[in-house]
Amino acid sequence: MDGNADSSVEAIVREFHADRGRLLDVVEQVQHRFGRISDGAIQVISTLLGIHRVEIEDMVSFYAFFNREPRGRFRIRLSKTPISIMKGAKEVALAFEKALGVSLGETSTDGAFTLEWTSDIGMADQEPAALINGTVLTALSPADVPHIVAALREPGSDGRLHASPQHASPQHARPEATLPKATIRSSLVKAGPLLSGLSGRTDGIRAALAFSPDKVIEEITKSKLRGRGGAGFPTGMKWRFTRKAIGEDHYVVCNADEGEPGTFKDRVLLSEFPDLVFDGMTIGGYALGARHGLLYLRGEYAYMWDALQEVLKNRRRFGLLGQNIGGRKGFDFDIRIQLGAGAYICGEESALLESLEGKRGAPRDRPPFPTERGYLRQPTAIDNVETFACAARIMEKGAAWFAGFGTAQSTGTKLMSVSGDCARPGVYEAPFGITLNELLDMVGAPNAQYVQVSGPSGQSIAPKDFGRRIAYEDMSTGGSMMVFGPGRDVLEIALQFADFFVAESCGWCTPCRVGTTLLKQGMEKIVAGRATLADIAEMESLGNTVMRMSRCGLGQTAPNPILTTMRNFPELYEAKLASAPFTSRVTLHDALREAVAVQGRESATGET
Amino acid sequence: MNAATFRFTIDGIDVEATDGQSVIEACDAAGIYIPRLCYHPDLKTSGTCRVCTCKINGRNSAACVTPAAHGMVIENDTLQLTGDRRAIIEMLFVEGNHPCPYCVASGDCELQALGYRLGMVAPQQPYQSPVRKIDATHPDIYLDHDRCILCARCIDASQMEDGKTVFGFEGRGIAMRLNVDSKGGLGDTQMAAIDKAASVCPVACIVIKRNSYRVPNGSRRFDKSPIGSDIEARRTGRKS
Repeated sequence: MDGNADSSVEAIVREFHADRGRLLDVVEQVQHRFGRISDGAIQVISTLLGIHRVEIEDMVSFYAFFNREPRGRFRIRLSKTPISIMKGAKEVALAFEKALGVSLGETSTDGAFTLEWTSDIGMADQEPAALINGTVLTALSPADVPHIVAALREPGSDGRLHASPQHASPQHARPEATLPKATIRSSLVKAGPLLSGLSGRTDGIRAALAFSPDKVIEEITKSKLRGRGGAGFPTGMKWRFTRKAIGEDHYVVCNADEGEPGTFKDRVLLSEFPDLVFDGMTIGGYALGARHGLLYLRGEYAYMWDALQEVLKNRRRFGLLGQNIGGRKGFDFDIRIQLGAGAYICGEESALLESLEGKRGAPRDRPPFPTERGYLRQPTAIDNVETFACAARIMEKGAAWFAGFGTAQSTGTKLMSVSGDCARPGVYEAPFGITLNELLDMVGAPNAQYVQVSGPSGQSIAPKDFGRRIAYEDMSTGGSMMVFGPGRDVLEIALQFADFFVAESCGWCTPCRVGTTLLKQGMEKIVAGRATLADIAEMESLGNTVMRMSRCGLGQTAPNPILTTMRNFPELYEAKLASAPFTSRVTLHDALREAVAVQGRESATGET
Repeated sequence: MNAATFRFTIDGIDVEATDGQSVIEACDAAGIYIPRLCYHPDLKTSGTCRVCTCKINGRNSAACVTPAAHGMVIENDTLQLTGDRRAIIEMLFVEGNHPCPYCVASGDCELQALGYRLGMVAPQQPYQSPVRKIDATHPDIYLDHDRCILCARCIDASQMEDGKTVFGFEGRGIAMRLNVDSKGGLGDTQMAAIDKAASVCPVACIVIKRNSYRVPNGSRRFDKSPIGSDIEARRTGRKS
């Protein structure tokens, strides 16, 4: 790295006040500026922050959006999910390979393009979708590809793309229009009480300020609001614990690392109702006595960066952030957005905290819980984007209004992200207690073969259970609903989900790190028709071990796609059984491949 | 300081504990062995291996990171937990390359000893046979990544005990590896053979050169008595 580059890295580190806690921002900026994190850059960062290079490498190597070696100027990342594949992502990938002359995972020789798969990018209702640097392309078809590549090859096309990550880049005025398919359709199909009749941005805050902070928490408790990420912890209780916990500072964190495949409702909230979310965070700040709010935005949503910053700027201008908010003396609160860098695990709250502190996103053991020791070891309330939106409406309209919707144990409404084989994919707001059948009618999916509820970490629900209700007391969900119609290959989809967990396991604990890979290999054997009954029993036992022994929710749920399809579709597994009492995992041909290559001759036995 | 004492039960046995103890610390003191691998009494707990997972008040939690509390009801020595622990040990065996018969640590290896103690015979899962390089750049120590089980002991020992931060992780998921604080390998770091980090490895990943056969095979720690015997020997008034 030459002196110029060194001084640029130095300037970036100084922009973040040489604060070790902002390492994620520093690295994101270096990645953005130089297209990679070189050894030289690591050296400079290490010297200025006074930390070891091994600590920086530890963090950099964890995130999918950072790379040490040079990659293409344009990074084309195709969203790989069962939904995208159903909608033709593999054909789109082939078209890109042809147009660019590279294979997936490779960089073109001129250094212009890198083509690769990435995990779900939050566009399940408009797949096949892709990220090119920070810009999102949707509803792709192979026919679009030559036009996209031609547009990218035009001189000056860099400037038309959102940077990934995107900081301080004011000159893009609606440039996406010039790149084919760079538009994101509004996904909101059906709004309910939460998202309709919004009068003004200050109502919730004004109502909250009329109460004491304790009274705000009481009101939230009375509404029986529970966490919308799926775990369903009572929000009022979480806020009370956090308020009571002793610390130098209290923090409000909004989890916008919406990474569960098939979920995109937070994208809708943040792009169409950002003020409602920020209202909720600000109310949380008031209730908790917090001065700082943090919104952890997944790296895939970098394209929203400018718009969200603009909203925050306006809120500061109107006195809704900053000092003496709403004229209340001493109520000081501001919000910072932290951009993630491609790691599903960071949606797990304790991993999110580690990431916020500029480290690898490895979950923490609990206790202590974040309410006692969260961000920077201070009391922290972490809530889902939708939970904050609910909190704002509860303050505006009252707990009784909110509790009037849903069921006794699951009050209010739920935003559902519906994708797959249905006539009208998108976001639906429906009261808790709705059955899966009713939802399927609403979205136009009369022939669903099964529904993957809550994404890969959830359950594969067969028609016999379509009468079940979406509610914490029955089927608790963060809202991902992937609909699979007749003829879809259930086992192939389970294998794709198994593959997802291999890609996203953080690696910290043994059962998840190794178990996810073993599960995927076992599933491959089943799909290939080579598994025996003993193999399937072994898989089930392994899946249960991974579920019981893993450290966090990722590992504890990773076997779900396999275990729930085994339970609900045993006949499909049976149909794949090998007739032999034992089959080796590896064919003799594959086992001998290395030896054959060394010897330079084919084995005489042939294929077995 | 007089820490408050309280009691809990593990497999029906009454144990006294003091404030601030983890479940594993309290049980160790009482002479009750909970199988464990990444845990080391001198180091910070990282909770990476999950072998010490017990059913604590009905929920699975790792004993090394769970603070002991009054009235806890803990299950440790059950068929299911032993099976799950054995499965984890098996995962570690197939994840790396662990040829016990000719490994320098044989008989002194906690992974191998746990395999014996938990009744592992031959792995049911497929060997992953990863290709990993040996780092022999250091004059006194070599780093055999084939054996590494990513327990994080050396990382913590180097950082907290030696004040050096020689080790860290790299990558994620199944591709995660132990990394050293230099492009030039271990020999290019501040690592010394007398460091705490050089003596805490449970397997034969961090090995002191020219020292491996001072104690011959057959006379080593776990050749004589199963892993955990030292802890169990502390227990007095044992029911027969």
